[in-house]
Amino acid sequence: MPSLGSALLALAFFSTFAAASFALLGRNGDRRRIDLSRRLVYAVCGLLTACVVIIELAFLGDDFGFRIVQQHSSIETPTFYKMAAMWSSQEGSLLLWAWVLSIAASAALYSTRNRLRELVPWATAVMMGVAAFFTGLMLFAPDVSPFATLSPAPADGVGLTPLLRHPSMMIHPPMLYSGYVAFTVPFAFAVGALITRRLDSEWIRATRRFALIAWAFLGVGLLLGARWSYTELGWGGYWAWDPVENAALMPWLLGTAFLHSIMVQEKRGMLKVWNACLIVGTFSMALLGTFLVRSGVLQSIHAFGDNTVGPYVLGLIAVVLLGSTALIVSRLDDLRSPKRIDSLVSREAVFLVNNLLLVGLTAVIFWGTFFPLISELFTGTKASLAAPWFDRYTTPLAILLVLFTGIGPLLAWRRVSWASARRVFRVPLAVAAVTLVGLLLFSDAGGKPWALALFVFAAFALSGLAQEFWNGAVARRRLSGGSLPGAMAALVGRNRRRYGGYIVHAGIAVLLIGIAASSSFQTNRDLKLAPGESTVVDGREVTYERPTVRVTDEYLQFGALLSVAEDGGEPVLLRPSRRYFRPTGSGTGLISAYFDGEATSEVGLRAGAGSDLWTAVQPGLGEVQKRVRKADEGFEACLRGAPGTPPQCDVLSGLMRAAAANPALQAPALEQITKLQSLAAERIAGSYLDDDTPATFKVIVDPLVTWMWIGGLIALSGALIALWPSRGRRRGALVRTESDAQKEAKYREIRDAELDHASGKLSDEDFALIDAELRREAVEILDRV
Amino acid sequence: MPVDPDRKRKIRLVSALSVAVLLAVALIYTSFSAATDARQPSELLAGTPGTTAQMNGRVVKGSIHEQGDGIAFEVVDRDGGSQALPVTYTGTVPDPFRGGREIVLTGEVQDGTFVGEPGTLTTKCPSKFTTQNDA
Repeated sequence: MPSLGSALLALAFFSTFAAASFALLGRNGDRRRIDLSRRLVYAVCGLLTACVVIIELAFLGDDFGFRIVQQHSSIETPTFYKMAAMWSSQEGSLLLWAWVLSIAASAALYSTRNRLRELVPWATAVMMGVAAFFTGLMLFAPDVSPFATLSPAPADGVGLTPLLRHPSMMIHPPMLYSGYVAFTVPFAFAVGALITRRLDSEWIRATRRFALIAWAFLGVGLLLGARWSYTELGWGGYWAWDPVENAALMPWLLGTAFLHSIMVQEKRGMLKVWNACLIVGTFSMALLGTFLVRSGVLQSIHAFGDNTVGPYVLGLIAVVLLGSTALIVSRLDDLRSPKRIDSLVSREAVFLVNNLLLVGLTAVIFWGTFFPLISELFTGTKASLAAPWFDRYTTPLAILLVLFTGIGPLLAWRRVSWASARRVFRVPLAVAAVTLVGLLLFSDAGGKPWALALFVFAAFALSGLAQEFWNGAVARRRLSGGSLPGAMAALVGRNRRRYGGYIVHAGIAVLLIGIAASSSFQTNRDLKLAPGESTVVDGREVTYERPTVRVTDEYLQFGALLSVAEDGGEPVLLRPSRRYFRPTGSGTGLISAYFDGEATSEVGLRAGAGSDLWTAVQPGLGEVQKRVRKADEGFEACLRGAPGTPPQCDVLSGLMRAAAANPALQAPALEQITKLQSLAAERIAGSYLDDDTPATFKVIVDPLVTWMWIGGLIALSGALIALWPSRGRRRGALVRTESDAQKEAKYREIRDAELDHASGKLSDEDFALIDAELRREAVEILDRV
Repeated sequence: MPVDPDRKRKIRLVSALSVAVLLAVALIYTSFSAATDARQPSELLAGTPGTTAQMNGRVVKGSIHEQGDGIAFEVVDRDGGSQALPVTYTGTVPDPFRGGREIVLTGEVQDGTFVGEPGTLTTKCPSKFTTQNDA
């Protein structure tokens, strides 16, 4: 099987070259060659799918002849984690990268198979170039072949490290990778557009969906990573400004900027240089994320030992950056737009501000992330920046972003008169003012000005969005009757991009409320309590009722039963614990190995709409460890048959002597000893219950943190609404030609303006002007057809 | 008096750029002053005590024991080295912390012992892509 896999991988590698070559040979309109190159891309996808299937089957079938299986799985690994173990390895991640890329490339080429004749060959070449890079790495770079073999095949594998045994392990890495990878598609089409000088918005229309999918995937990946950190890592936080986290956040932020600014190009033909730079930046950041994960140049809590593919990825980033910069510079004349932003009170002006904020945010994070390298360059010492530095800059930028998240949807495209603006801003401003007064009077938010500002701006944004939905639904009902909820559903259904986007905005506002509240008003206490003792944390009485112990085949677990009572209410029981995973393999040596093994915190968490109560325990194992040391000494003496040991030891020492003389007896002897040690370890673990030693607890009261996850889910649902294909598309009425697409886009703009007028966002005079402009532009497009 | 639109654009551009430059200077300035130096245990043993530093080292296997309210252990340079630096630390310990692991801890040297600030101990996650000798 491994050789079949290698052969398929090699075939995929050559197919990427063939696809790129035929695409470029057919770039002057040779239909046959282009069709062939597209089919070759499908073939790459099929071949890589087969490779993934082979690896997955090897994992499921415990085929330890595969090195990747031996090092990342074991017979005892639960099936669920066997399936996810592929991407916990470096070679598996590379395969995942290449595979997802081949899927994205196939989908992109399928959806453009009848249009963009000039541009597609170049886009194909770029996507296949990247695919060739990653398949080539697996084939030629040292130690990263997913089909490396071990001979003879070991009987069992190392197993997946316990820390990664979290349900989100199944989806978090593929989500992040899909996000990184899907940005290749808009990048490739942008390069095609630049090379062929087809610089209107056709490449954007063809790839907008892919950018949005990439953005959504990356967002989900980030959120799942945060969730994993919160529930699995035992420190109670969800974000640490760690380089690897930042590496995923940066392309997401730039991608957010890109998704907004391409709308300006689509509708107004402006910001072309900016968009080209943004997609190059986003794609480079995605590659940089891959590089950071692989290279170990930065000190991160994620240790990614292998340094084998980092330099290659860095080379690819250099090629991408230099090539794209040269290309953009050489096309500057074609990229210049004759148009100007009409007014500062317009949606495109707000988008520009939001873009600057997002790029500024990315720049801050980039500087902070790479500061150790920068400081080494200038001062000779590697110095790093901690979370407070990041917070100082990102907090005000994020707060301003929320404000503009609210302002953007309230303004129409092109220009809005002050009178109309005043009308749409009235309600949100009033809500913001009420929120401000309410928070100052009835909460302690006044002491935290940043958080206060964020709450007020979020209230502004959310009420503005609610007003949008309300006005739109009312206008819709006026036109077509029916109930208000029905009108609301029809409104969203017919304008998915717009209202899906608004839902994303609402989700992000809610998410930031959760972040601001939980980071500013968190109570975080480290306590030392003996069984029976209690103390008060943030008005709650926390009692350490009793210690708990659990012994399973996989681990020894020491925990605590905590009861938490909130002024007179029914006490809540929480069970934080710590698991010590048993050593794997036979002949483990010492009993202490059972207590020194990989340990994970199991958090005792009670989530609530108001606040989360988060607890973790560090059991006091001092006494237990003393007993372990004594047991180890006794055991050793026993095996030696030292004088004064109990009579049962004679059997053991006899066994040892026999094993020393006869190698055939060694395996069963070791097995016996392991069994005895395991029993002793379990007995000692049980003694923890009677110890009465104090344990260290971390108790966190996290207000509103649940809303962070809820906000993320709201944003995701908004993205899905925006992505859902429109009715025409579903029926198969595909947009055939570029001019059709332009026509459709212009009609949509006219409908948007009509909706803005009907819902009161545009005054009669504004609407008359804009409508006339739009119709004139539509006629121009029709004339060209 | 009507302002020439091109001139207006230029003024806007220049003021936006100057704001950006000012912010960038602030960013650069604060980053150099806020950063903590990263030091290896051997450098800390040789250097002057009493300055806050971020220590990157590897925990000596078998050196971890409870002491007072917290724990005490020894660290050596990441790539080995014979000089061991004693460390004390109070507070909760991250999951992957144990002998042989690489850690990052902020604190300062007092009387030959590195005293870690509570809550600053991070252990490198051994999770993904472990090398063979690590696994």
